[in-house]
Parts: sequence; structure tokens; C-alpha cells
Amino acid sequence: MDSLLDQRSALRFLACGSVDDGKSTLIGRLIADSTGLLDDQRANLEEDSRRFGTVAGGVDFALLLDGLEAEREQGITIDVAHRFFSTPRRAFAVADAPGHQQFTRNMATGASNADLAVLLVDIRNGLVEQARRHAAIAALLGIRHVVVAVNKIDLVDFSERRFRCIERAFDAFARPLAFRSVTVIPVSARNGDNVVQRSVRTPWYDGPSLLHCLETIDVRATVDNAPLRFPVQWVNRPDASFRGFAGTVMSGSVSVGAPVAVAGSGRITRVERIVSFDGDLADAAAGRAVTLTLTDEIDIVRGDLLIDPRLRPTVTRQFAADLVWLGDTPAQPRQSFLLKIGTTTVPATLTRIVDRLELEALSRTAGDALDLNAIGRVWIETAVPVAFDPYAENRATGGFILIDRATLRTAAAGLAVENLAAATNVHPQTGQVTPARRAAMKGQRPLVLWLTGLPGAGKSTIADLVERKLVEHGRQTMLLDGDNLRQGINSDLGFDNASRAENVRRVGEIARLMTEAGLIAIVALVSPFRADRLRAASLLPDGSFVEIFVDTPMEVCRQRDTKGLHALADKGRLSNLTGRGQPYEPPEQPALVLRTTELSAEQAADRVVALVQGRV
Amino acid sequence: MLYSGGKDSSVLLHLARKAFYPARPPFPFLHIATGWDFRELLEHRDRIASAHRLDLLVHANDDATRAGINPFTTETGEYSRLMLTETLRQALDRYGFDVAIGGGRRDEEKSRAKERIFSRRAPGHVWNPRDQQPELWRTFNLRLAPGETMRAFPLSNWTEADIWAYIQAETIPIVPLYFASERRVLQRGASWIAVDDHRLRLGADDRVETRRVRFRTLGCWPLTGAHDSSAADVAAIIAEIGTARLSERQGRLVDGARHASMERKKREGYF
Repeated sequence: MDSLLDQRSALRFLACGSVDDGKSTLIGRLIADSTGLLDDQRANLEEDSRRFGTVAGGVDFALLLDGLEAEREQGITIDVAHRFFSTPRRAFAVADAPGHQQFTRNMATGASNADLAVLLVDIRNGLVEQARRHAAIAALLGIRHVVVAVNKIDLVDFSERRFRCIERAFDAFARPLAFRSVTVIPVSARNGDNVVQRSVRTPWYDGPSLLHCLETIDVRATVDNAPLRFPVQWVNRPDASFRGFAGTVMSGSVSVGAPVAVAGSGRITRVERIVSFDGDLADAAAGRAVTLTLTDEIDIVRGDLLIDPRLRPTVTRQFAADLVWLGDTPAQPRQSFLLKIGTTTVPATLTRIVDRLELEALSRTAGDALDLNAIGRVWIETAVPVAFDPYAENRATGGFILIDRATLRTAAAGLAVENLAAATNVHPQTGQVTPARRAAMKGQRPLVLWLTGLPGAGKSTIADLVERKLVEHGRQTMLLDGDNLRQGINSDLGFDNASRAENVRRVGEIARLMTEAGLIAIVALVSPFRADRLRAASLLPDGSFVEIFVDTPMEVCRQRDTKGLHALADKGRLSNLTGRGQPYEPPEQPALVLRTTELSAEQAADRVVALVQGRV
Repeated sequence: MLYSGGKDSSVLLHLARKAFYPARPPFPFLHIATGWDFRELLEHRDRIASAHRLDLLVHANDDATRAGINPFTTETGEYSRLMLTETLRQALDRYGFDVAIGGGRRDEEKSRAKERIFSRRAPGHVWNPRDQQPELWRTFNLRLAPGETMRAFPLSNWTEADIWAYIQAETIPIVPLYFASERRVLQRGASWIAVDDHRLRLGADDRVETRRVRFRTLGCWPLTGAHDSSAADVAAIIAEIGTARLSERQGRLVDGARHASMERKKREGYF
């Protein structure tokens, strides 16, 4: 007897395709013809076919699968169904995913635990949008083998030309998806052609039948080669003398005496015993549930990840991920969730929605929201560091879910992509042309003139005059005005404290690039926080950052109100204006203070130019 | 953890003992009794519970029994609702359990095929098939809102064949009712009903005979059909179901009562 417990030979596959392509019929036919229906099942099927069937006078194999009353009445499949059947060669578990566009989430669910996808295509409709979406989701979720069942071949008189046309279209579409194998088979689910036996009606087709293909394909994944990953599920402490860590080896293997590390803390210890109900083991491979005891007493709790210390996962608070959005309400930047990865659950924030994956074209477009069934790249920040591997390298440790904090429903399936913090894997490149050489060519010393002050203090006006005067003196300059940058590179940022900090960080980085190009950068930016300005200064060589305080009292800014912001704040329509709703921290030791109540803009600019001429 | 002494329960208990070893399973075991359980099954249940020192709770719907609800004259669907569904709900409420672990499998019945491994129940234990969480990888969302409860089905992806293969591989003790033996039975439709005690009401034409039969599943004895068999050990059972012409739950008179009856029962809170 063949059993799913026999992991070596079992195949878990996903069946997907558009509505009415005949997917349920195909799977029903596959099960019925390969294993034979049991007598009571056949009797029920025949009765159901008379009551609900869509095949006049015949047996409707789809009714074997469509279990829920609602979908029998509507004649559609509305949820993932799991079927099991076996032949003498192999045991099969089928996840039957629905074809409706709004049910992409079920498709992703089925794909997450499958090794192969059977994609149904109606030969009369060709490779429709749904089929392309399903192929793309299967690839994204890590399925590496696909079988395209080109169905209803009987309805086009077994036309080879029509079949080859779809075969070519799929091949062209799927190339960037990097499937390890693609098998395209002409079938008739209703009549059984090429489902279990090769059909005599497609003499031009020399490939395998669907069942033969499923029975023989080798889908052994690379998890065996992946490094040890063991999420601790439970700390087993029956009494004071025993402290073990229970869980399942998700990838790699563990053996007695081998060094293991705790991903989060980095602490290294060794495996003392591998405890099981049937006695201690010498080693345990991926898929095995065991309890480990360790040689050192180190702090380990549920949620920790034990790893191979030589091949460590990423441990970070900030990372990029692709999300399959499953929630009814769209994803919003800065939204807060619970993130569950492995056996740990931590608070997390969507810091940014980067783009959206267009599945039909396999391209990415900019976007700042994700709605139900959309897939897109996001940035995530967690409250405490989490450990992961990129999903493309390890499905077991790269997949996570986001849980809505209010409804406690699953809002998204996530696929970890890369660490965003501190760019640990990026090594700086140094070129032949140095910043000093660029500066020398321009005959000047690069500087950053950083004008800080309240909104309406006169920073932009003074900066503009400074640049004009420097250019007149033959200096090469670049003006970086906060308001202008907020319309371009910083257009995604708001006015909360985190966004203001990011705004200043980016402007600081840009100013640094300008100085490396040999330019004098003039920055006009409120930059209300000392720490942010200090960080910008720290990017530059000593003496290159010139902090200039445009000192205008609040009352004067309010009277001038060149941008009408104070008028808005007076009407209560602007709550976060610096100096009113928001704090401003003046510089402690600026290089220059410009009191605009005592100086005209021209005079202030002249002071700045004088300072610069003394330094370049 | 639900524990009835049947084959799926036995596998579930075995897995729990293995998973928590060397500790013992850190939860109580609950049997929903109807008063019409096979005597042998109850004996087996008590024997196993005492051997493994299980914290065994037995709950029955005494009100329904006093009201005269019985498997002979009460309509089968109503009997099952009162004695199983309602009793289970009462027990979960009485003990305040937030998660109940059961041995349900997706291959048993069509509507079970869409059941989640972790199945959320709204307050009142109601199953809404449209409000089930997607289950990706092995990363399950286990958060419950106030009043919600969870049913967990660790054997979801096992088949009947897997159950028997595992029982054989692990030599798990099984109640002898699964093995063929000479039993006193009565014909009801296409199957044989065991005469387990004197409460069976015999009609004028009923003839009790002794036949070599076994049970494929075990429910209330008056509602569970036996079939002719000579399979007297696990290996023979495995060989028998490999060539069976009927599916597993066919012997359950409760299931056939109405179309999609399992789905209806589940919506009301049946396991």
C-alpha cells in the first residue's frame, strides 16, 4: 500500500486554472480513472449528476470535488479543497484552488505547500489573464515544476495547430519565471483523453499522459542542501532535571555534538541529545520532529531559531518582502500588524509600499497601496529583530504572515526578500577618480552650507541669494531646497517625526554626494531636530559641514507667512507645523547666526558668502 | 484533546504522547459519550486512560437522555445534533476550553476536504466556511478574538490508509471491534447492526444471527453498520481496505440522512 506517510514517493500538487476550464472535472477524472471509484461514491456521484450535473445524461466528475452546498448550487469551487489518492507508483495530495480572480489568496495558500502545479487552460480561450496570474503566483511561491493541461482538445477536433499555439505562448510567457520543468499536455477531462492513458485521438502528441507525468516526475527540492533551521516550538520541562527544545527540523539536519547557534542572540552551543519517544537519535533530518537538549544553559524560548553557526540567516528589524495581500481592507503605509514567522510573533509596521507586481506582464509598477489579491514589494520594520532566509532560498524560513491587530484575521502572506538595515552585505566600491580630484578640477573646496530654521524664517530666500552670489564669484554650486525635494525624491514622506528624520537623512546623503562631485551644496531645510543635523554632519569630512542658523522669532515668521502655512495653522487645518504643533531645536554651536530681524536678506547672504570665501 | 477510543483517536493520542515526550501531554482528554457507545470501546478507553494516566473527562447530554432521545425513534439527524453536536458544545463551554484537538480527516467526506487544520469557530461554536483563514506553509494564525474558539485537526492530511499504516508501524493498541469476529447482529438495510445490549428493540421480522463481521468506523452502536469480513489483524485490514468497494463512512447511518449533511452538522458545531 502506498501512503502519504512515505515521504519519498508522495507528490503534493496544486491544481489551478480559470473558471470553467474544467479543473474539478479533470481532478475528478484523474482520481476516478487512476484508482477506481468506490461503489457508494459512484452511486452518490451518479445521483448528484442527475441533481446538479452540467453534463447532459452523463456523469459530472466535478461533483466528486465540489463539496460545499453553496458551490454545488452555483456550480463553482469557492475554496481550496484537499484530495488524496494513490496509485501503485505514488501517493498524491491535491490542493484544488479556485479560478476566481478574487480568490487569489486560496491559490497562494495551495501553492505554499505544493511541489508542482497543474495549470488548466481551455484550448478555446488560450492563455488568458487568469492562467498567467496563476503561473506567476505559483512561481513566486516557490513551485519549480509546472504541468500545463490544455483542456477541451475534443472541442477543437484534436487540433495540433491550436495546441502548439498555446504551448508556444506559455513557453514565451513562462521563461522569466524560471520553472525547472514545464510539461504541456493536450487533454479532454470530460472524455479522459491523455489523463490516465495516452489518447489515440492525439497521434501527433508524443509526451506522457497526465498521470504518467505526475507519477514519474522528480521534484525533490533543495531543502536537503539548505543549512540547519530549527524553530523552537516549545520548551519541554517535565521536571527540574530536563530542559529540552521541541520542534521540527525545517531544513538541513542536526546531529549530536554538532555546534548550533541561536539566531537572535548569536550564542553558540552544542547538541547534547536528540530525544525522541522511540529513544535518542544520532541525527535528525528535515521534516523530523524532535526534542533537543544542549550542552550549555543559554536563554532559549519558544520562537527562537536554532541554526548552523556557519551559515547564518539574516537577523534584522528592517527588511524588504513581497506580500500577497489577503485582507479585505487595503494595505496602507505605516500600518501596524502582528508578524508571524516560524514560531515567533512580533509587532511590525509596514514602513513603505514600494511597488506592485503586475502578474500578466510580470512587471513592477510604483504604488503606495495594496488591495485584496494584489502582490507587491514592501518594507517592514519589526519591534524586535527577526531571523529569516530569503524566501527564494528557503521556503521554510522565508515565508511569514501578517495578522490584522483589530480583526486578528490573516492580512497577508509574506515572502522575505532582503535585509534593509545597515546594508551589511554591501561593500563600498572606490573608484579611480576621487572626490579630491573632482574638487581640484573645480578649483574649490566642497562644502555643505546647511541653513536651518523655522518655516518662514527666510531660509530659501537667503539660500537663493547665496547661490547667485557664489556663481558670480565663479563657484560651482547646487541648491537643495527642502520644499522642492519634497516634490521629488521625498514625495513619499509625511510630516510625522519619523518622516522628518528620514527627510533630513536623505537630504544629508544627497548633499554628501554633491560634495563628492566637488560642488558647494546649499541646503535650505527646516531640519528641526539636532540629532538629524548631527547625523548629516557626520557623513562629511571635518569642517565641510557649515551649520547656519536662520534665526527668526516665531512671531515674525507668523506675520511674514510667505507660504500661507501659519494662516492654515490658525484655522486649525495644519497641526504639525514646526514651531507650533511640532518642536524646533535650534543649533547649539552654529558656524553663523543670521538674525533676520536685524539683517536684510542681501546682508545675510553677504555674510554667508564671506564665510565661504574664507574657507574655500 | 477529543478522545473516544476509536482508531483516529488512538493515533492522535499516540502522536501527542510522542510530541510531548519526555513530558506528558499537557492537556485533558475529553470523551463525548452518548450512552450508546459500544461497551468494548468504553472498556478500551478506560484501559488506555489508566495505562497512560490521562486526565480523562467524560461528558454526556443527560437532559436529552432523560427527554427520551434515542437512536431508534428519534430522527437520525436530530439525534446526532443533540447527542454529539450539542453535547460537545456544552462540554467546551462547561470547561471553558478555547482549543479542542480532534481526529477529523479531510478524506472522510467532501465538506471536510475544505476544513482548515486550525478551524476558527465564532461565539456559539458556529463554523462559517466563508470566514476561514488561509493556511500558508506551516505558519498558522492562532489568534482568537474574545468568545471565539478553535478546533484543531492534526490528522487533516491523513487518509484512512495512512491511519492503518501508522497503527501497524507503531503497534498502537486498537479496540477489537475493528477486527473480524463472531458477533450477534441484525440486518438493517445493507449492513449489520450489532446487538450490543438489551435496549435494541426487535421487530416481529427481526432475526438475530451470528456472523463474522468487523466495524470500519465506530459511532453509536445502533447506528453503526458492520460488514462481513475475515480481517482479524491490522495487516488483513490494510489488505481489505485496499480492495474495498465502499468508502469509510458508508457504515455511518448518521451521514446519509440528508444531502451535504456533514456540512450542516459542522456549521452547527459538530466536530
